[in-house]
Amino acid sequence: MAVPILKQGHYLIASIQAALSDKDLVQLRDDLADLVGRHRARGVIIDVTALDVLDSFATRTLRAIAYMTKLRGAETVIVGIQPDVALSMVQLGLTLEDVFTALDLEEGLSFLNERLQMDGRHGS
Amino acid sequence: MTRDRNLAPTGAANPESTFDLLRELVSHLREKRTELREEWARRITESRLLTAMTREEIFAEATTVYDNYVAVLETGSVEALQAYARDLSERIIPRGVETQEVLGIVLLLRDVLARSLFKKYQLDFNLLNRVLDAYEPAANRIANTVAVGFVQERERIIRQQQEAIRELSTPVLRVRERLLILPIIGLIDPQRARQLTEQLLRGIRENRGKVAVMDITGVPAIDSAIANRLVQTVEAARLLGATVIVTGLSPEIAQTLVTIGVDLSKMNTVGDLQGGIELAERVLGYRVIPAEEGVPRSH
Repeated sequence: MAVPILKQGHYLIASIQAALSDKDLVQLRDDLADLVGRHRARGVIIDVTALDVLDSFATRTLRAIAYMTKLRGAETVIVGIQPDVALSMVQLGLTLEDVFTALDLEEGLSFLNERLQMDGRHGS
Repeated sequence: MTRDRNLAPTGAANPESTFDLLRELVSHLREKRTELREEWARRITESRLLTAMTREEIFAEATTVYDNYVAVLETGSVEALQAYARDLSERIIPRGVETQEVLGIVLLLRDVLARSLFKKYQLDFNLLNRVLDAYEPAANRIANTVAVGFVQERERIIRQQQEAIRELSTPVLRVRERLLILPIIGLIDPQRARQLTEQLLRGIRENRGKVAVMDITGVPAIDSAIANRLVQTVEAARLLGATVIVTGLSPEIAQTLVTIGVDLSKMNTVGDLQGGIELAERVLGYRVIPAEEGVPRSH
């Protein structure tokens, strides 16, 4: 099942709706890498609220996406990791180092606004 | 064995006689109630037992225990005594009465009564032997019942308190919008560590926490398993998008952590709770600067 990727202003929002196969994850990675350039996106939000497990491949892929989009000029933030998922991830040693995380979509958006100084009040 | 039977028929061998002896015993103890009770209370004070209680209280309790004691000898049923022992324990445990004191007074009573029996039957050795044969098992059973009742009550209280501590042990409190504090007091055992992690992660989710200050000023010591667990908790919180600031690491804990080589590089640590909250506010404050500017100053 492919992940829908929505464009919202300067951001891309990938909202994962159901458990993903490894193939879907790779697809997501490639799509995002492509779309970031095409839409000149400054930020990417990946919403994993619906996932009740994040295995090592998923974690690695998410990290790869974050690094890749960074190279293409967009910050990635992962939002909506569930408490149980977070706990089992750290127990498996999958800690998504150097990847930004936020509580939910709203938080992710405000994080990116701040980080990229896109907030109207901050100007730029 | 033969000699035993000749001298002192046991209950099994001759129930009638044991029963009669106990009856006689009971009426003797009833008769001498005042005297023996006073003797017992005196010996309790002498032995410096039950120092937490006043003389009057000791005498009042001694009276009740004495009557219960005689009742058990008479009926052979320890149920009433059990209930009384529980009730008594409930009253005296909070006042700091120790197990050895309770055991001590029951054994004293046993001795006082045995002495009085010696005195009464000293002229007839055979009869004395039979009386003691009837008396001793019953007396030991009573001592046993009271002591067990006391210990059980103590254990019940301890269990209850553990339960209460467990429930109270890891509150996650919101002090400001998006700022949680997690004060931890007392030793962290694995179960508590697990509970702490769950509470914190749930608290972050429910309160939309952005920064959590975990204060461990009240934690006397930490081992490597617990330290790693704390690091995991901090990392899990970060995956949820929250920052955890750990405050109040005592010199001992700091030393332990360094010695056992726990990687604390991912943890924000601040000396005390105040500093932690200030840092948290700075982290959060820089998000709310526009709102603060909008508020008119009162002076």
